Amino acid sequence: MGKVYVNGLGSISAQNTFDNTAFLSDVEYYTDRVIPVIDVNYKAFIPPAAARRMAKGIKMGIAASRTALQEANLENVDAIITGTGMGCVRDSEKFLSAIIDNDEQYLTPTPFIQSTHNTVGGQIALDMGCKGYNFTYVHASVSFESALLDAMLQIQTDESQSILIGGVDELAPHTIEIHKAVNHIKSEAVEASKLLQNKTKGAVFSEGANFFVVSNEKSQTSYAEVVDVKLINTLEADELNTELNAFLEEQNLSIQDLSAVVLGCNGDVEFDGFYDVLAENSLKDTSQLFYKHLSGEFHTASSFGFWLAARVLKLQTIPEAVVLKGDMPSEIKNVLLYNQYRGQNHSFTLLKSC
Amino acid sequence: MGKGVAITGMGIISAIGNNVDENREALFASKTGIGRVVKINTNHKNDIMVGEIAYTNSQLEGLLQLPETNNYSRTALLGAVAAKEAVESARISDINEYKTGLISATSVGGMDMTEKYYYEYLEDKTVQKYIEAHHAGDSTQKIAEQLGLKNSLVTTISTACSSAANAIMLGARLIKSGKLDRVIVGGADCLSKFTINGFKSLMILSDTYNTPFDENRKGLNLGEAAAFLVLESDAVVKAENKTVLAYVKGYGNANDAFHQTASSENGDGATLAMQQALKVANLKPEAIDYVNAHGTATGNNDLSEGKAFLRVFGDDMPPFSSTKPFTGHTLAAAGGIEAVFSVLALQHDVVYPNLNYKTPMTAFNLVPELELKKEAVNTVLSNSLGFGGNCSTVIFSKKQ
Repeated sequence: MGKVYVNGLGSISAQNTFDNTAFLSDVEYYTDRVIPVIDVNYKAFIPPAAARRMAKGIKMGIAASRTALQEANLENVDAIITGTGMGCVRDSEKFLSAIIDNDEQYLTPTPFIQSTHNTVGGQIALDMGCKGYNFTYVHASVSFESALLDAMLQIQTDESQSILIGGVDELAPHTIEIHKAVNHIKSEAVEASKLLQNKTKGAVFSEGANFFVVSNEKSQTSYAEVVDVKLINTLEADELNTELNAFLEEQNLSIQDLSAVVLGCNGDVEFDGFYDVLAENSLKDTSQLFYKHLSGEFHTASSFGFWLAARVLKLQTIPEAVVLKGDMPSEIKNVLLYNQYRGQNHSFTLLKSC
Repeated sequence: MGKGVAITGMGIISAIGNNVDENREALFASKTGIGRVVKINTNHKNDIMVGEIAYTNSQLEGLLQLPETNNYSRTALLGAVAAKEAVESARISDINEYKTGLISATSVGGMDMTEKYYYEYLEDKTVQKYIEAHHAGDSTQKIAEQLGLKNSLVTTISTACSSAANAIMLGARLIKSGKLDRVIVGGADCLSKFTINGFKSLMILSDTYNTPFDENRKGLNLGEAAAFLVLESDAVVKAENKTVLAYVKGYGNANDAFHQTASSENGDGATLAMQQALKVANLKPEAIDYVNAHGTATGNNDLSEGKAFLRVFGDDMPPFSSTKPFTGHTLAAAGGIEAVFSVLALQHDVVYPNLNYKTPMTAFNLVPELELKKEAVNTVLSNSLGFGGNCSTVIFSKKQ
């Protein structure tokens, strides 16, 4: 089976991540309940006339994917595979509130069109003129991992050579309000540096776009090799250690082979227990990193974790801001990611230096 | 690679029936499910026709024996009913016995509840349970729960109207690669005010019965449906001595990369998808006995798809029809229900009529089948084409 390499990336997030020459050197520590991305100069990628009606998710997706492509020295790819929890949800809100407020009259189609979940993937294909395979996964916290799984399958079976994958989600006002109403968003602002110590319900919501070029060939721009990814719809906390060992065993690896683990803990006192089970048992002697205090939580936040792991492996350095526990290894070889949201849709992802 | 992908079970609920038998009977009797909208309170009631499922939500909840506290959207309810029928028909007793996955597809997700309670969500605690039922993955999680599927690969695809075809495609690839031994694939979408108004704003809803491939076609009728197939590896089929209904023989997905909603005039994406599927199936175009077209009856789709047919099949277009006049266009579920119809065509050696057709299109010389035709059908090609230029083809066959 062919190997899968990450050869380029582009990230738009609540942090200064768009410049691929820097690596979390200038960290923003927010004190808030909802943190939007730091916008980039979208005009550099999209003509202003087109950008005007374009959903934020599309703009972020195009800017991040072009950056990834450029870094991988590619003009086009064989396939585009996108993960998104909610798609361009601002447009969904716009269209739905117009239906309700105007009693089904005076509707314009643009927000309806952009509500379609595969809008970002479709627009990226239009932007690049890519007629290849184009899938969009919309399964909550494994949306991005589904895209990664599909891409690995394509490359390992020689269906494609180079694929653009990404995770993208945008914040939208009504969605924020209703998630505040049910305490899925924290009821009070939390200092980013104390996210895990806060011990309250809910998460700090955010948005972002993290896109990657994955290819069957290693190149000068390679970040890491993607070894495996596994999606698990449900599991009990006491099954986690067994599931992790089984995942590693399939690669003939054990916990001792891991240089670091990147955990998706988001400070939600109701569900961070899943991470604690691993952090306090199987992974207690493994260096632990975290990122949602920087990226915030959204359905495809784990694509930020993937971005982090890929960069850590390439640069062989771990930024201070993401250190959760343990001594940082001198040589970083295998990095494991574990993520879940509200106790569902768990994923393990394994990256390796190359 | 190169392994077979067997279909060992299927389930469906649509405007023409609540299970596979009822759907088959309606198809064979040329009985449409299109009518006026009953369950959705929309101002467009008298301007549109739809393919609505007879059951109310509470009847569906009853069928599934859900507690009153449940937060199932109609999409999840329909999906659960169809997926359960599929698993039962495949005679699966222990769903977790093999490496089993679920790949579902939806475009509407829980929008039916969100549009009902949009502002109420902010205040009314009794309806807030539906907030988490909104995102597309939730209906799939519910279907997995109904099937008792645990610790498994479960995901959702949303590529507009090609979604369920893509779920079948991913499922087949997961079986071929050995990642899974068994996978339940398909899709579910319920009718909603959101989609009715969306397609209305695009001015592609017909005010009467939809007429695919007719010169005077006026647009589509929306429908609601769910359908699932059980796909199993050769090894499982052998070990369990399974009856195989048909095989997923080929598949292809391509992007038109032409326009966000419209298809290119020459059907580039659809042509590529069909060619790719034939290549994967290792079949020549002349091996196709029946084409179940996407055929939505919009001006744009049927012209573009028809041109793609000519590019793929030349002068030897096999018998073809669109079954949208039976069910309406069921969006993300369309590729799923049409997969069930394709398997039924193989099982019973029939080609379905393209109802409501009167006038040939001037753009080309393509006339769909007009009567139910009994003839040997060994291979069926099914198209699903969607927004975002998303074009998919799946080929089903009697033999591996």
